[in-house]
Amino acid sequence: MNNETHLSFTSVGDISLTDLKKLVTFIKNNFNFDFSQYAMSSFKRRVARVLQLYSISNVDELISGLVNRRELFDEFLKEITVNHTEMFRAPSFWRKLRDQVIPLLACNQPIRIWSAACSSGEEIYSLAILLQEAGVYEKARIVASDINDRVIAKAKSGTYWIRSLEVNEKNYQRFEGKMKLSDYYVTSGDNYIMNKDLLRNVSFKQFDLVMGSEFSKFDLILCRNVLIYFTPELQNQVLRLFNNSLFMKGFLAVGEKETIAFCKNAEKFETFCAEERIYRKISE
Amino acid sequence: MNDLEQNRNTGIVSGYRAVVIGGSAGSFQVVTRILSSLPVNFNLPVILCLHRLKHVRQGFVEALNLKSNLKVVEPDDKEIIRNGLAYLAPANYHLYVELGNYFALSTEEMVKFSRPSIDLTLDSASYFYKEKMIAILLSGANSDGADGMKMAKKRGALTLVQSPQEASIKTMPEAAISATTIDHILKTDDLVELLIKLNGVNLRN
Ligand SMILES: C[S@@+](CC[C@H](N)C(=O)[O-])C[C@H]1O[C@@H](n2cnc3c(N)ncnc32)[C@H](O)[C@@H]1O
Repeated sequence: MNNETHLSFTSVGDISLTDLKKLVTFIKNNFNFDFSQYAMSSFKRRVARVLQLYSISNVDELISGLVNRRELFDEFLKEITVNHTEMFRAPSFWRKLRDQVIPLLACNQPIRIWSAACSSGEEIYSLAILLQEAGVYEKARIVASDINDRVIAKAKSGTYWIRSLEVNEKNYQRFEGKMKLSDYYVTSGDNYIMNKDLLRNVSFKQFDLVMGSEFSKFDLILCRNVLIYFTPELQNQVLRLFNNSLFMKGFLAVGEKETIAFCKNAEKFETFCAEERIYRKISE
Repeated sequence: MNDLEQNRNTGIVSGYRAVVIGGSAGSFQVVTRILSSLPVNFNLPVILCLHRLKHVRQGFVEALNLKSNLKVVEPDDKEIIRNGLAYLAPANYHLYVELGNYFALSTEEMVKFSRPSIDLTLDSASYFYKEKMIAILLSGANSDGADGMKMAKKRGALTLVQSPQEASIKTMPEAAISATTIDHILKTDDLVELLIKLNGVNLRN
């Protein structure tokens, strides 16, 4: 979702920590999402952005708005969680995945993959294309999840705004794919629509990394560009969840600037590729 | 805090915890000049938020390191901030300073067409360091950083801007000057001299 709106700067300093806590408690009690361990600066800025977007003057007003119109919460959730994503985002990662990781999994039957924060699905189409070009798609079973129902619906529709095409095309070229990206979509007005065949081995699922617990075991987990929004404590908790959700020697890939090195259970993983932030489970 | 304020006029300032520098077009030479002039024992973290090409991940840190007396790194998410290192905001990520003295990265929308956004770095850093921060804004072709300097000033930080006469592109320093009170408007040489002086005091205390 390339939602590059250019709102004017709103200082995060406008909202007090007390107000933020009040809001977080309200959401926990009423909607059962827990934002108490989201990294403060960006969370604060997200809230400031919601206030600005909807011309709400303060946190109290936001809370009463959510009380009176619960459907507003969908909007709120969408703004609070950062959805920005691209196909083949950080192409060198995808090359590494194709050239070094997938060959090691190619004999597995099935190859079980979990994309744990799939956003609007660009990551899923990238993964599917990669697996297809590697000739192992048929064996793959992919679970694609996100906290936010709306982005999942968008992922299923595979319909994207034409303006995001240029970046995705460029990334695919840098990925050095076998085909042209245009072999995988058709354009339709201001949109392009991904080939739904790419989803035949994908199952979507709403899943909250904070509140959720282990539901299956995987050979590969992608969790890219979401841990950055969590505090170190929450990162520890989520890493435990991933450790429980991986087979021994299973792979975990995080975002290009994320690391598990500062986490408590880091020693349960070995570094498979430091540059591309790919790890491997070595103990329970 | 009052002592700090008072001493500023006499140049005997201590207790700073970080230098945060924002820059865009035309700032590279200035940043290189600063990093190559600071003493190797410079005792504060230098946090650099510079506009840069979105998809070029490599090369920038290496270029800065060629001449820098401080080691320049691109911080990972949640990396602890340490004295004596220079940190460069990674391409295509916003760089926040968190209250626990560590960095957090984010891929939120661009702010003023910029990611990394100088406003966001200055704002979050000054929220943490308050009056113990030196905020510097250099040459650039848009107004990113002006709001950040305003917040930094409001929280008591020392605000320095490259003199628009000297800057290759003056839009950015001028925007900051009209947005808030700037403590010193300086040429690069004087900026460097001031930082070295402040460091001398910081080391003694
Ligand atoms: C920046 S996107 C990353 C998308 C993709 N993985 C990528 O790297 O391009 C972050 C996603 O994390 C999701 N997210 C945020 N908090 C979450 C949580 N607690 N559990 C699951 N997903 C979450 C958001 O809804 C958003 O879609």
